[in-house]
Amino acid sequence: MLGSVIGAVSGSPETVALFVGFGLVVGLLFGFFGMGGSFLVTPALLMLGYPASVAVGSGMAFVFGTAVIATLKHHDLGQVDYKLGAIMIAGTTIGIEVGRASVFYLESLGLAGGVISVVYVFLLGGIGLMVTRDALSGDSDGGIDHDADGDEDLSEYDIPEIATRIQETVRIPPMVTLRGDVRVSVWVITAVAFSTGVLSGFLGVGGGFIRMPAMIYAIGVPAPVAVGTDLFEIVFSGGIGSYLYGQSGGVDLSIVAPLLFGSALGARIGSAATAVVDADDIKVYFGGMLLAGSVAVGVGEVGSYLGNELLETVGLFLVIGAAVAVAGAIVFSTLRTLRSTRGRVTATTD
Amino acid sequence: MPGLEVPTWDPETAMLIGAILLEAIVLYVGYAGLERLVGRRLMEFLVGGDSDAR
Repeated sequence: MLGSVIGAVSGSPETVALFVGFGLVVGLLFGFFGMGGSFLVTPALLMLGYPASVAVGSGMAFVFGTAVIATLKHHDLGQVDYKLGAIMIAGTTIGIEVGRASVFYLESLGLAGGVISVVYVFLLGGIGLMVTRDALSGDSDGGIDHDADGDEDLSEYDIPEIATRIQETVRIPPMVTLRGDVRVSVWVITAVAFSTGVLSGFLGVGGGFIRMPAMIYAIGVPAPVAVGTDLFEIVFSGGIGSYLYGQSGGVDLSIVAPLLFGSALGARIGSAATAVVDADDIKVYFGGMLLAGSVAVGVGEVGSYLGNELLETVGLFLVIGAAVAVAGAIVFSTLRTLRSTRGRVTATTD
Repeated sequence: MPGLEVPTWDPETAMLIGAILLEAIVLYVGYAGLERLVGRRLMEFLVGGDSDAR
């Protein structure tokens, strides 16, 4: 059995190098922005010609592995609400199974690749527009607070008005008290978990880019706790989702293992870069990357529909190129900031 | 139409997911050790001196 697992990771050297490199880029984006890397993997795999169930299943297994690594770090920072995570696991797991069943149903109709690509176009496009508008307007409320290091008192975080209204309106028992003195109905948590779980199962993503804002704006959880708890929850839901996809032959270790190898290193570089570069400076590139990803998936899908290989290749290069460009901008900005800081320190010393 | 499924025990799939979990933990520990070993020297090489990057 071990032989079959080892045999599964022995792809061609070019493919392994491609996946390690792509994993490095995705990990760097994930480590820097706290979200947004993983949902590039499934469209890229679809464009590389993998069947929808393998693209989604392997994407989910990759998210599972990445979440394990990130949760270990957030646990050390005290940013995980285990009670909230445990409540969310049930709703998310059922949601993922509904999403997964939808993928296999659409695949039996021969529509899975097309429908998933269309959902991605709208999702990446919509979120890309939101992030870009947010970055250009200089309003930083929509992003993830990387500076939240756990030292700040969680009850000092402002609860968004909409979350307060939900907490006052929906008071169906049982009610639970979460970290940061947030008191909310279990049913609100379950609804958020289920709906984001459906999306995770359907698209093969962790769902953090939707679940984190949902936890902040619908449940009222402080941002750092939302990040840590989301990752903890993905370990379980992603693990179960990967298991279900794996049973149907949807998890390809020759894809997941090299991706994870690259992303674990990229995530360390990305999270270290947050201490040096202001995320808001890079956010506009991030929004642009999501928009480029949306266009890339659309172009690839049109190419696939028309049987035009050139368009499919253009789509693939766009999605990978956009991710590489933003990752490069992060590394470049980090090194430039470090060198100028070093230069100032040296001049002062002299 | 494929319906909703309750996970059933499948040793081969469990081993597959276990391999991913093990790889993640090994990478977390391994890269942390590597960072401790060569991180400072690598940053000195890239930046031209000690930096406060983690």
